[in-house]
Amino acid sequence: MARLTEFQGKQLLRSAGIAVPRGELACSAADAAAAAGRLGTGVVVKAQAWTTSRKAQGLVRFADAAVAAGEAAAAILAVRAGGFPVAEVLVEERVAVASERYAGIIIDDRRRRPVLLVSARGGSGIEETAREHPESVAELPLDAVEGLPRHAARELWRRVGVHGEEQRHLAEACVRLAAVARAVEARAAEVNPLVFTLDGRAVALDCRITVDDAAVFRHPELGIDVARELGHLPTPLERIAWEVEKDDYRGTFYFLQMRDAVERGERVVAFHGAGGGGSMMGMDALARHGFAVANFCDTSGNPPASKVYRAARILLSQPGVDGYFGTGSGVASQEQFHSARGLVKAFLEEPLAVPAVVRLGGNGEEKAIEILTGYTKALGVPVECYGKDTPVDACAARLAALVAAFTPPPQAPHRGRGPAERPYTFATPTGEVTYDHAVCARCRSKACVAACVPQILALSEEGVPILKVTREDAARGRCTECLACEVDCRALGAGGGYVALEIAGLDEYRRARGLE
Amino acid sequence: MAILVDERTRVLVQGITGREGRARARLMREYGTKVVAGCTPGRGGESVDGTPVYDTVLEAVEASGGIDASVIFVPAPLVKDAALESIAAGIALTVLVGDRVPVWDVLEIARAAERAVVDFLGPNTLGVLSVGRGVLGMIGGRAESARSWFKAGEVGVASRSGGMTSSTGYYLSRSGIGLSTLVHVGGDGIVGLPLPAVVRRFEADPDTRCVAIFGEIGGSQEERVAEMMASGEVTKPVVAFIGGRTATQGVRFSHAGAIVEGGRGTHAGKVAALRAAGATVVDAFDELPAAVARVLEG
Repeated sequence: MARLTEFQGKQLLRSAGIAVPRGELACSAADAAAAAGRLGTGVVVKAQAWTTSRKAQGLVRFADAAVAAGEAAAAILAVRAGGFPVAEVLVEERVAVASERYAGIIIDDRRRRPVLLVSARGGSGIEETAREHPESVAELPLDAVEGLPRHAARELWRRVGVHGEEQRHLAEACVRLAAVARAVEARAAEVNPLVFTLDGRAVALDCRITVDDAAVFRHPELGIDVARELGHLPTPLERIAWEVEKDDYRGTFYFLQMRDAVERGERVVAFHGAGGGGSMMGMDALARHGFAVANFCDTSGNPPASKVYRAARILLSQPGVDGYFGTGSGVASQEQFHSARGLVKAFLEEPLAVPAVVRLGGNGEEKAIEILTGYTKALGVPVECYGKDTPVDACAARLAALVAAFTPPPQAPHRGRGPAERPYTFATPTGEVTYDHAVCARCRSKACVAACVPQILALSEEGVPILKVTREDAARGRCTECLACEVDCRALGAGGGYVALEIAGLDEYRRARGLE
Repeated sequence: MAILVDERTRVLVQGITGREGRARARLMREYGTKVVAGCTPGRGGESVDGTPVYDTVLEAVEASGGIDASVIFVPAPLVKDAALESIAAGIALTVLVGDRVPVWDVLEIARAAERAVVDFLGPNTLGVLSVGRGVLGMIGGRAESARSWFKAGEVGVASRSGGMTSSTGYYLSRSGIGLSTLVHVGGDGIVGLPLPAVVRRFEADPDTRCVAIFGEIGGSQEERVAEMMASGEVTKPVVAFIGGRTATQGVRFSHAGAIVEGGRGTHAGKVAALRAAGATVVDAFDELPAAVARVLEG
């Protein structure tokens, strides 16, 4: 998660030389009491959760003794903040505050610069303060390379009426905050309140740092495991999705869950978008037809069929949905048959048990529609596919009609794949292709050789498909994982081709939820 | 005239020896764009489909007799260096196609461009296409698709979504409304030529009579277009659709720029600002062509 917890943020501030209260993390009442004992002062106990106005929710409590600190921690750990349990509290010494201020570094899209924002009135409700007391707020655009000059920081505090020793100390804290924001590539680094203590020090009492998702790869030291702005702690399924995306730079796969439990009949659908703009329009269209989405998902930027397949499998691991809806912009530059093949493989393996409407408009759409509708007929559930001349609202209306008329077919027996009699295998960038040459020998179509998009297959003297590039080249990327060797083989050939594409953690996840 | 690119624009492709650079250079050429040089450090002296490759951008500029625009196809972590090189060589427009370019890299690129008084489009952009004249980037995917999807005319398209740039252009063309130039400003929060900068160019372009905008939640680009209309800086009619009406606050929907934070950049706020400034804002995307047609007739 690209948003750091308060504790992580404060560790960064401390190492940059900004004073923060002494404190420890605790996961239980006993640990919290022990921590308070070690601190030996009055303490504040704070939930480590991504939610604003923690004080109002009872997620920040004060305690004078170790026992009381334990009780405060117990009360906080029993709460769900923003729908998710609180797992940790921060136990900190209390400091004697003379004044509460605000300081933040944010990135300003108008000026295309980092901006230092300060306010003489810190504490909760900083946005209202800015509206009601504009004279207490000042901002300074910074140079992205040179950072914040000390004198400019002092002058900024003077403009909001902070003088003398306090001005000098707060300015110094801001110079260091700007350096931290630059060092961790923060989109925002805010300290609220930044206090001046009775004993004359600037201390950061709270801090919120959001690291740029796209820069997380350069910061292993931050220990961010899911570089996504989700608005909540990552769910198990979101973690599985992130593992698929993290090391595969071919296109983009974005997945987040909008709700954790769905029941049949609630008009909640699995949503598979392509491209941010088209996806948002698709969700708006679903809302107009009375649907809610279980998730947001975007596979775009010309991803391989294998990535679309993995996304679809993850989407279908959300039980209780009433349908599957896919749409992009409608006029995509990328070839749409890749997505079609990825969806076919996922729908057949699952097997899909709810109606699906997918809008695959753009380059190669005729072929995409033929693949997605033609190859899924055996499923016994409606799968409809449309191109660029069908508006997204019409597609949402089709899904509404299909869902209204739908009665689930009898459960199809799961057909497992037996071991190959004469296996021929090669590795792909993220999986493995297996041909059962015993089956291929009986195949008359040899559809795989013609359908293979990168054209890396040839027929051997015996007339069965083999690689015409080296295994190393196939594994390094000559095989683009277009999935034609399985999908087209299954529809047009004898079914001897199969592509194994692991999704780490998904089988365990599904077993634990009774989906297998 | 069109904006940003036409048939005379002399184009450099940075990263032309890569898979993406090679394929997209071909698309650009097939659409009629003058791709005159490529650049990949260490690969000088080679040629890609007949286009000479140079080690440095400045060498390409000197050897090819001038470059008007550079299009960069390199992985995100390498975009900053490539862009700084193009800017340092004084190229008037640099197009950053790459997705997931770190925002502090973009800030450094913006700083360099501001000092050199040159422009950049993107990052995370599909590029810009002037109908029948030239394309920088990858709008259309294939040259024959771009030719069949987009008809020439007098409406400028500016979009924050790549896919929706093509969609907007296609649905307008299908309704018999021709286009001057289509611009995807890029999906990120910080971009070189945001909607207001593109609208300003359409305002100055004698070939453009009306601007169609595909906007999104998050950021302040649409609000700034509204300010320009209110102040009289923009006088040509603007027709807009804003995506993301049902999106949740604080959650990012793919585009780094499409996030509503602290109550700023909401769907309602953008629609209200544009309407108050005199723009036509349609509630459903499908209504856009008819609204543009009415404005053109009006």
